[in-house]
Amino acid sequence: MKPMAETDFANPLPINTEDPGGRQQPMLLVQSLQKHFPIKSGILQRQTGAVRAVDDISFSVLKGETLGIVGESGCGKSTLARLLMHLIIADSGTLVFDGDPVSEMRGISLRDLRKNMQMVFQDSYFSLNPRLPVRNSIAYGPIVHGMGKIEAQRLANDLLNRVGLNSEIFGARYPHELSGAQKQRVNIARALALTPRVLILDEAVSALDKSVEAQVLNLLNELKRDFNLTYLFISHDLNVVQYISDRVLVMYLGQIVEIGPVEEIYNKPRHPYTRALLHSRLSMNPADRVNEPPIGGDPPNPINPPSGCRFRTRCVFAEGVCESMQPKLDNVAGDRHLAACHMTNPSSGHSKATS
Amino acid sequence: MAYDTNTVEASPAPPDAGTALVEVRDLGVEFVSRESTTCAVNGVSFSLAPGEVLCIIGESGSGKSVTMRALMKLHPPKYTRISGYMRVGDHEVSACSEREMRSIRGSQISMIFQEPMTSLDPVYRIGDQIAETVIRHKKCSRAEGYARALELLKLVGVPSPERRLNAYPHELSGGLRQRAMIAVALSCSPTLLLADEPTTALDATVQIQVLVLLRRLQQELGMAVIFVTHDLSVAAQIADKVAVMYAGRIVEYGPVAKVLQHSAHPYTKGMLASTVSGHMRGQAIEAIPGSPPDMRVRMEGCSFAPRCKSVMPACRQGTPPLLTVSHGHEAACLNFA
Amino acid sequence: MSVASLSDFTAAPAKDKLPPVRGYWASVGNRLRYDYLTLFFLSVIAIIVLLAIFAPFIAPFDPTKSSMAYRLKAPGFRNFILGTDELGRDMLSRLLWGGRTSLLMGIVPVCLATLIGGALGVTAGFIGGRTNTLIMRTMDVIFAFPSVLLAVAISGTLGGGAKNGMLALTLVFIPSICRVAESATTQVRALDFVEAARASGGSTVSIIRTHILGNVLGPVFIFASSLISVSILLGSGLSFLGLGVEPPTPDWGLMLSTLRAGIYTQPLLCALPGAAIFITSLSFNLVSDGLRQAMDVKS
Repeated sequence: MKPMAETDFANPLPINTEDPGGRQQPMLLVQSLQKHFPIKSGILQRQTGAVRAVDDISFSVLKGETLGIVGESGCGKSTLARLLMHLIIADSGTLVFDGDPVSEMRGISLRDLRKNMQMVFQDSYFSLNPRLPVRNSIAYGPIVHGMGKIEAQRLANDLLNRVGLNSEIFGARYPHELSGAQKQRVNIARALALTPRVLILDEAVSALDKSVEAQVLNLLNELKRDFNLTYLFISHDLNVVQYISDRVLVMYLGQIVEIGPVEEIYNKPRHPYTRALLHSRLSMNPADRVNEPPIGGDPPNPINPPSGCRFRTRCVFAEGVCESMQPKLDNVAGDRHLAACHMTNPSSGHSKATS
Repeated sequence: MAYDTNTVEASPAPPDAGTALVEVRDLGVEFVSRESTTCAVNGVSFSLAPGEVLCIIGESGSGKSVTMRALMKLHPPKYTRISGYMRVGDHEVSACSEREMRSIRGSQISMIFQEPMTSLDPVYRIGDQIAETVIRHKKCSRAEGYARALELLKLVGVPSPERRLNAYPHELSGGLRQRAMIAVALSCSPTLLLADEPTTALDATVQIQVLVLLRRLQQELGMAVIFVTHDLSVAAQIADKVAVMYAGRIVEYGPVAKVLQHSAHPYTKGMLASTVSGHMRGQAIEAIPGSPPDMRVRMEGCSFAPRCKSVMPACRQGTPPLLTVSHGHEAACLNFA
Repeated sequence: MSVASLSDFTAAPAKDKLPPVRGYWASVGNRLRYDYLTLFFLSVIAIIVLLAIFAPFIAPFDPTKSSMAYRLKAPGFRNFILGTDELGRDMLSRLLWGGRTSLLMGIVPVCLATLIGGALGVTAGFIGGRTNTLIMRTMDVIFAFPSVLLAVAISGTLGGGAKNGMLALTLVFIPSICRVAESATTQVRALDFVEAARASGGSTVSIIRTHILGNVLGPVFIFASSLISVSILLGSGLSFLGLGVEPPTPDWGLMLSTLRAGIYTQPLLCALPGAAIFITSLSFNLVSDGLRQAMDVKS
């Protein structure tokens, strides 16, 4: 079994039309992205608070890599995906797609962005239109972008075959006649119909049974290689993220707490939250049982996040400085591994701070 | 490879059948609709000693939840045909009337669910719900009921329990709601707790807290637990015995260490191989090909045969019975005949 | 190493024993096929509709031709199978012809209201925000009046006549249909497949046409079908009060009103138009219930 191709950063290809920005240009550059959902109450609908779903997030996604995004419910990872797709409009922040700022005068239009970036949703009863045969669901995007109906149907058939579903058998079926894994294959085919360069996979395998999850993961790896895709893989399953990602971004209550190459994050996690998450993974060995949970409590409500470091309410190392000052996302090892913890910053004043 | 297909009907009775708390023999559950009959559970037999934890592992549609709900008689009788023998303690569940079942549910047998809001009433305070159950089943006074409620909330590790007694379910976080539901389920000290994927919807850091709690409670209270899950690692954390279900049948049964560490049935092996872990990075995962069979179609032979890589011609002829692999460890696979 | 091949699902499965592949409407039809009660009342409606359509050919007499000599005769009197009314007109002919107006009063306002209310509701639901508030609050104002009172008030203002009666009923039904359409749309709008369609760059109109309508039509259709019986009753009520159909045009409601004079001499006659209204309205109601059951079940 051949190992997956590593991204080759050293040898940039000559500029071509498929990759206008060139090899070195990050595929996505996200700067200070922010989204607060206002909470209104009373008869006059006055704003009484805000859900800080995504709070000042900046990161980049390199061409051809898979960036894994992990976090617990309410950490804002799904909001982030929808902000990137512009399904929700951000309060502030910019998104640069392959060197072109999105929806600015001289940048890339929203329509072109959506052609280049597509999203695969979690499998559910409503991930596909229950009233449309799956072939029509796949053909919808191309038709919207001006392709003829017959041609779009042919493309849909090709894609169905490509994701492992015989188009003659499955093309005319309705979603309720497919199993979860089959529906997810259709979802992937739908996302590929506009020949995007980036796929955002929002919990794309989370609802699937283990034996078919592996099939879909294999398919994703194959498609990535064949179609030259860049993945943003959002999941709460740390094992799957470790398997598929090149870099991993850890979110907590709307903020990034740690980001870095997958080996570093999994072998040398620097943020106490990342460590707690990793320790919460369950072992397959019955002799290896956990008797003491790594951290207590639930993730707090993003409506009124704690001051300073948002993790401090569940952190065993919390000190005064954690309450008064918000830690910055800063380099911890080389320039690719960053963490937002006072303990990684020698000048923070935290008693356990190391360089 | 000749074997007697009749043994399928009469599975070997476990040696401790008399002292067992739960005994299920040849359970069958069929859902009948006008268009089709779905054979969700097909001849399942197992027994459970008091204070033992049995994990039923299976994927969606394997019949794991259906088996457990049948034990509680929660299926709508109009569309369900149940056959076989079920006993819990002194009650022969398979012969009980709906009225008898109502008195057993909640007192002898309790159940917890994946989604706490299905069993917690959104318009009543947590304390009222627990006290209510206690008063109804134990016929005690209100004060005693509320004292018990407070005690239970402490037991399940709810912080500041006095305050939470007056909270409504929607005011609690996901993990606390799960704990509150466990408290309601434990209110009448059941001898058997049925758990239907109670940790599946929880975040990783909360799931582990609930699992540790459930194991502690199970040991302290000496309850027997039947825990349904699709997650092998959850079973590794909590189970004494494991039953792996596929297409309505138990395909492998045995002590947790044997089933997970020395699995015998090709399906269990395939599930373990296709469970992703970090060290597989860069390799394709050894997935089980195909998808589970459609339960509306009656199938000849082993239902895993179409997906099995060590399939033999005999596999397609009759349903393989549970065969002994080693002491207490059985697998329904002809490779062990 | 045997890795799951991509063609796992390409082999044709044994589909022959399974229920055949069906679209949503086909499976609704199939469920209805076994619902004998609904089928029975559906055929009752079919008969009533056919009788009304072919009234000119079936009716033995001219429904407006009166005869002072044969007033208020009991059923079976000479050639008058169902007797005659207070002006000596043939009851059977009048009932048949009256079915035409009454059915029109039942169906036309509901159809119009479904078109207008449905369009408003889908627009309000899909666009949301201020548009939603504007449309829905306007509807609430209309909805605040009791429907009978509103219908009476509108047709009273506009003056009598079948057309004005239908217009009044249409206005009465628009808000409730609009509400159903709006809430169905709001639910569908938030679903993943609509998000996916937006992510594919679909325009509002195209998303509504391809993805929203198919999912909203069902609930709206069920609700509208339940309104037909209400509309028949209200229409008859208007005519009864002299605000709908004007004499001498035959109409069940109007007949009920004019026959009041003979209630002590020929009570049976008086009951006939009432029975017609009752049976028609009940049939529509039960068929609507059956439709709801056939359409509500998921997969």
